Amino acid sequence: MTAILGWGRYPIVDTEMIRPRTMDAAQRATVRGDQTVARGNGRAYGDAAIGGRQTISMTHLNRLRSFDAEKGVVTVESGLLLSDIIDTFLPRGLFPYVVPGTSLITVGGAIAADVHGKNHHQEGGFGEYVESIVLAVPTGETIRASRDEHPDLFHATIGGMGLTGTILEAAIRLRPVETGWIRQRTIVAKDLAAAFSAFESSDSVTYSVAWIDCLARGAQLGRSLIFLGEHARSAELHGNALANRFPVGRTPLSVPINAPAFALNHWTVAAFNELYFRAGARKAASPVLVPAHPYFFPLDAVGNWNRIYGRRGFIQHQSVIPTQNAQGTLAEMLGRIAKRGGSSFLAVLKKLGAGSGIISFPVPGYTLALDFPMRGDLFSFLDELDELVIAAGGRLYLAKDARQSRTTFEAGYPDLSRFREIRRSTDPAGKIKSRLSERIGI
Amino acid sequence: MAVAQQTVLILGGTSDIARATALVFARHDWVVRLAGRTLSELQREADDISARTSRKVTVHAFDVLNTSSFVEFADTLPELPDLVISVVGLLGEQSRSEVDTEHAKEIIRSNYEGPALILSLFAERFVARGHGAIIGISSVAGDRGRGSNYFYGSAKAGFSAFLSGLRNRLAISSNIHVMTVKPGFVRTKMTEDMKLPPLLTAAPAEVGEAVFKALGRRKDVIYVRSIWWLVMLIIRLMPERIFKRLKL
Ligand SMILES: Cc1cc2nc3c(=O)[nH]c(=O)nc-3n(C[C@H](O)[C@H](O)[C@H](O)COP(=O)(O)OP(=O)(O)OC[C@H]3O[C@@H](n4cnc5c(N)ncnc54)[C@H](O)[C@@H]3O)c2cc1C
Ligand SMILES: NC(=O)c1ccc[n+]([C@@H]2O[C@H](COP(=O)([O-])OP(=O)(O)OC[C@H]3O[C@@H](n4cnc5c(N)ncnc54)[C@H](OP(=O)(O)O)[C@@H]3O)[C@@H](O)[C@H]2O)c1
Repeated sequence: MTAILGWGRYPIVDTEMIRPRTMDAAQRATVRGDQTVARGNGRAYGDAAIGGRQTISMTHLNRLRSFDAEKGVVTVESGLLLSDIIDTFLPRGLFPYVVPGTSLITVGGAIAADVHGKNHHQEGGFGEYVESIVLAVPTGETIRASRDEHPDLFHATIGGMGLTGTILEAAIRLRPVETGWIRQRTIVAKDLAAAFSAFESSDSVTYSVAWIDCLARGAQLGRSLIFLGEHARSAELHGNALANRFPVGRTPLSVPINAPAFALNHWTVAAFNELYFRAGARKAASPVLVPAHPYFFPLDAVGNWNRIYGRRGFIQHQSVIPTQNAQGTLAEMLGRIAKRGGSSFLAVLKKLGAGSGIISFPVPGYTLALDFPMRGDLFSFLDELDELVIAAGGRLYLAKDARQSRTTFEAGYPDLSRFREIRRSTDPAGKIKSRLSERIGI
Repeated sequence: MAVAQQTVLILGGTSDIARATALVFARHDWVVRLAGRTLSELQREADDISARTSRKVTVHAFDVLNTSSFVEFADTLPELPDLVISVVGLLGEQSRSEVDTEHAKEIIRSNYEGPALILSLFAERFVARGHGAIIGISSVAGDRGRGSNYFYGSAKAGFSAFLSGLRNRLAISSNIHVMTVKPGFVRTKMTEDMKLPPLLTAAPAEVGEAVFKALGRRKDVIYVRSIWWLVMLIIRLMPERIFKRLKL
């Protein structure tokens, strides 16, 4: 038995851990599964990558299978890390179309959660750039699925949180880029309305994300910095960047031990926010060139930063609210958070388009991600936020979830029955089960 | 003028250490030939390295226990390589080796007999040609026998002694370089289930980089993490009277 946990360090569960080193072994582990689920690099925050009894760790299956330079399509084993793809292909002028806020996730995890990046409003999620997958299902077959072959299974697996089977391989289309630099522009928004209008007026920009100061209240509620970015063309490089067209990533530092929870009290967070705003506002005036790595993955340089929340762990609450209700509902949520105080270290706002999979998280609207250190009354407070989300027609992201109720889940994902039906066909005996699927009854 | 590409043959090509080492050589423009027991798994490694580096990688069937096949194996390679690296090894199970002679024999043969004989064969061909280099992945376990793995350790000791003898002979008579690598702990398939001290444990990629760098500097014996030099100094100097009572 191995104690397994997600990035939020809650919950921690003992399961049997299986670590296949060959495709055959991964396939067999799926077919013989006893309440099992595939696991990537464990960057889901809650219990999505924790099996009921067994967990199949895919990280040893990290080979490239082939690379088609003409099409920019790379076929990989599903345990390959995005960071490995970036290290290998960025110097050759290729970058994944979609990257989340960390590069330390596997291709399998990226597909299973249909992860979104800062360009979702423009270019969709990770699933859009998956050409095909090879999936091991519990009935014993190994199925190649794509938009043409087994399209239902393909669309159930994208965003399907590992519940349709174990993704063994995937072919991914990469984006040609002229440089490894991002041209970043920052907009300072004095309140939530200003943030929304900044998003709406930057709709054609490839990358956008807002960092919200959760402690600002009253007239300043929702004040934020909005970071816009485009891949820099060769001709746009200047200064240091000229000599270094494809800058390399930073080596990670790490937070070695669980920091005491009090390190993150109201005052440290407020001071952090204040600093952040001054620095952001100073830089806001003109566009700057930023290497891709710190632009997309600022926290990867800090290793196990999740430990700063202390040994009790934390919960990330990420919801999406359909566009027409977004501003009102988010204002209400932020108001309650500010009033409760001492909460979120990071609050991130992004605009989303439609998802690619049957139960993919994204729907057209705005998504807000909030971190909450674990403490006594947290779950009842989050239940309150859930009610606001559901009332506005929104839903919660399963890759971040560790505690939503079954009712909240079912209200948020109305296409569930179709997903359940496909799942029954590939897993009639119910061999695949994660703590997440058990908890919310997928 | 383009220099002819150099060729490295890696025996035990399916191991994590071989994979990492092959990748470093391929990145430096070497042609890589991987040899081992399971061609399909070797091909998987070859495809990975090719896709990453656009370099040529070939695979070759090789079983270190089948010593009578060695001449034919060497004869049927596309060329006599510039460098041979033996990564082959078998940790085995100590407790089983204590009661099962066949298992003990397999450990001895996989870590000493086979690697020494195949490298010896290549050494003679290198001498005849006039150049070549040989690298053997041995182990600190060979520096002093321990209760927890003495068949493995003694076989590695034999292999290390073989490499130092070969180096001694060839240093005097030819310009063929022989290098011994004692990696210390490495996080691989072999050590998957062991609890290893982080400071003393290298990633396979570190081993690959260290091997490549040390070859360039024509080193004789290397540890991957330099702290092992100190650890082994202490272990070697300890009086047997004390050493025999330690649980190691
Ligand atoms: C700092 C940080 C920032 C993040 N930013 C974002 C973001 O911007 N956007 C976003 O969308 N997400 C984001 N995430 C979440 C993360 O991208 C997802 O949780 C992703 O799924 C993690 O991938 P993983 O390889 O770690 O998979 P795990 O966490 O191990 O697993 C996640 C899910 O994928 C399934 N799975 C994994 N491998 C396979 C496989 N081979 N076959 C079938 N199913 C599989 C698991 O069963 C599980 O349901 C962030 C996470 C962190 C820690
Ligand atoms: N990991 C450590 O901490 C550590 C420390 C010191 C030294 N080493 C040495 O480093 C080397 C690589 O080990 P590793 O850790 O990477 O473990 P590994 O994956 O178990 O490597 C052993 C390799 O030897 C091959 N092999 C075994 N018997 C063979 C045979 N009869 N014929 C052909 N090939 C055979 C294996 O091939 P198959 O895939 O076919 O089994 C495998 O490629 C070994 O020599 C080991 O002793 C390791």
